[in-house]
Amino acid sequence: MIELDAISIRAGTFRLDGVSLQVSKGGYTALMGRTGSGKTTLLEAICGLRGVESGSIRIAGQDVTHARPSQRGIGYVPQDLALFPTMTVARQLALPLSIRRLDRQFITQRVDSIASLLGIGHLLNRRPAGLSGGELQRVALGRALSFAPPVLCLDEPLSALDDETREEICRVIKRVQEEVEVTVLHVTHSLKDAQMLADVTLTIRDGTVVPLQETTA
Amino acid sequence: MSRQNNVILERLGRPHRSKPDMPFHALFIGLTGFFILLIVGLLVANASFTSIEDIRTALADEAIFASVRLSLVTCTITAFLSLLFAIPAGYVLARYRFPGRSIVDAIVDIPIVLPPLVVGISLLILFNQTGPGRAIEDWFVSFVAWCNSTVPWLMDLLGLSRIQGITYDVPAVILGQFMVASAFAVRTMRVTFDQIDPRREQVALTLGCSRGQAVRRVVLPEARRGMVAAATLAWSRAIGEFGPILVFAGATRMKTEVLPTTIFLELSVGNIEAAVAVSLVMVAVALAILILARSLGLWTGRDHELQ
Repeated sequence: MIELDAISIRAGTFRLDGVSLQVSKGGYTALMGRTGSGKTTLLEAICGLRGVESGSIRIAGQDVTHARPSQRGIGYVPQDLALFPTMTVARQLALPLSIRRLDRQFITQRVDSIASLLGIGHLLNRRPAGLSGGELQRVALGRALSFAPPVLCLDEPLSALDDETREEICRVIKRVQEEVEVTVLHVTHSLKDAQMLADVTLTIRDGTVVPLQETTA
Repeated sequence: MSRQNNVILERLGRPHRSKPDMPFHALFIGLTGFFILLIVGLLVANASFTSIEDIRTALADEAIFASVRLSLVTCTITAFLSLLFAIPAGYVLARYRFPGRSIVDAIVDIPIVLPPLVVGISLLILFNQTGPGRAIEDWFVSFVAWCNSTVPWLMDLLGLSRIQGITYDVPAVILGQFMVASAFAVRTMRVTFDQIDPRREQVALTLGCSRGQAVRRVVLPEARRGMVAAATLAWSRAIGEFGPILVFAGATRMKTEVLPTTIFLELSVGNIEAAVAVSLVMVAVALAILILARSLGLWTGRDHELQ
């Protein structure tokens, strides 16, 4: 589903060279690595938010190396969630659908169904200000999933949560991933999160992506 | 080592006498109070020099009434135009990285630091003495003729139907105000966009938005308060603008006379009561717009403040 072939990325003085990675369809892959190892840079390149110097990125068999972020079909949840402070939860979930000019009835149904899946139906008229950490996570997930992308990229979305909320959101992510059958690439620092959620755990080491056991062995 | 520790503990163990806070509070509150008193004193001095009757007489004067109307119309057009240019310019300066960006950034500030008369002279030379300037004026005259034939009621309502060119006419008043006011608006919008997290825009791109849609749907709603501030600042700068207008638009009664020009003309003929009365009218209009804009700004920015 996600195939990176020898991509090279430059971000200021930081470089990633010849990184290759494969995530199978419907799989849940955790990507670990030290701070500054390039996990977020790699995720941004996959989402189209950062250009690549060479190599190719394929999503669902299509070459999207130079495609705009809007054309990649990737749901993205950044570390700080980046919710839109002026929009209600309902409008955040509806944004990707209204951009696609879908009819109002379909949008309402889709927003309701995503909100019900994530247990945020009672928050639809609220704005992000005043929501709890766990609620904000659910809203960000709902926004990323509302247009049914084949791929979901999560950039340490659980790092700011307490243990209890973290486990709760982990369960929500796992359940949602199984229900909507989305392919997930999850950047995390936490081995516990990776073990709880991922089928495959990879790590970036010296600019190379390898299975976790190869580095721990 | 332990002896050294004992010496340190002995010195640090002494009770610490911190200086009292009162002088700090007295200095800061005193200076703030003096500043406020100075501003209020100016207004009170003006008010004590004139009477309601003087203000009534001044406003009953056809020329002064025309100047009030022209000031309100030109300042509003200037504020709108300033915002129209400040939004893209502020966005480009805040978000784009390109060679020569710091030079562009400095150029934007030039109208702020230029003496007002120099702005006026420069405008006069540009539109009177250069080919491109004269070409723009010719195009503008035909545009006004088109507006007069298409929306004559609007042109009459705004008092713009008798415009015959740019120099020494109403457009010169607007351009004179715009040159300085827009620079302040651009600066305000740049700071506004600087403070908005670009990550939200990036997320909007991944959700399917084009760059334009991301700005319109995500960034501009967040920038509402900055937009109100930029427009208010531009309006406030425009209403007090005098130097560029005097040079570029002249001081023709019933044609290019705005409120600062009225004060200048009344003072020049020794009619101090009328000049002060018009000054107070200006203060009242400016205060009303500021209060309106601030309350509007607070209202539109409420969601953001909660965040």
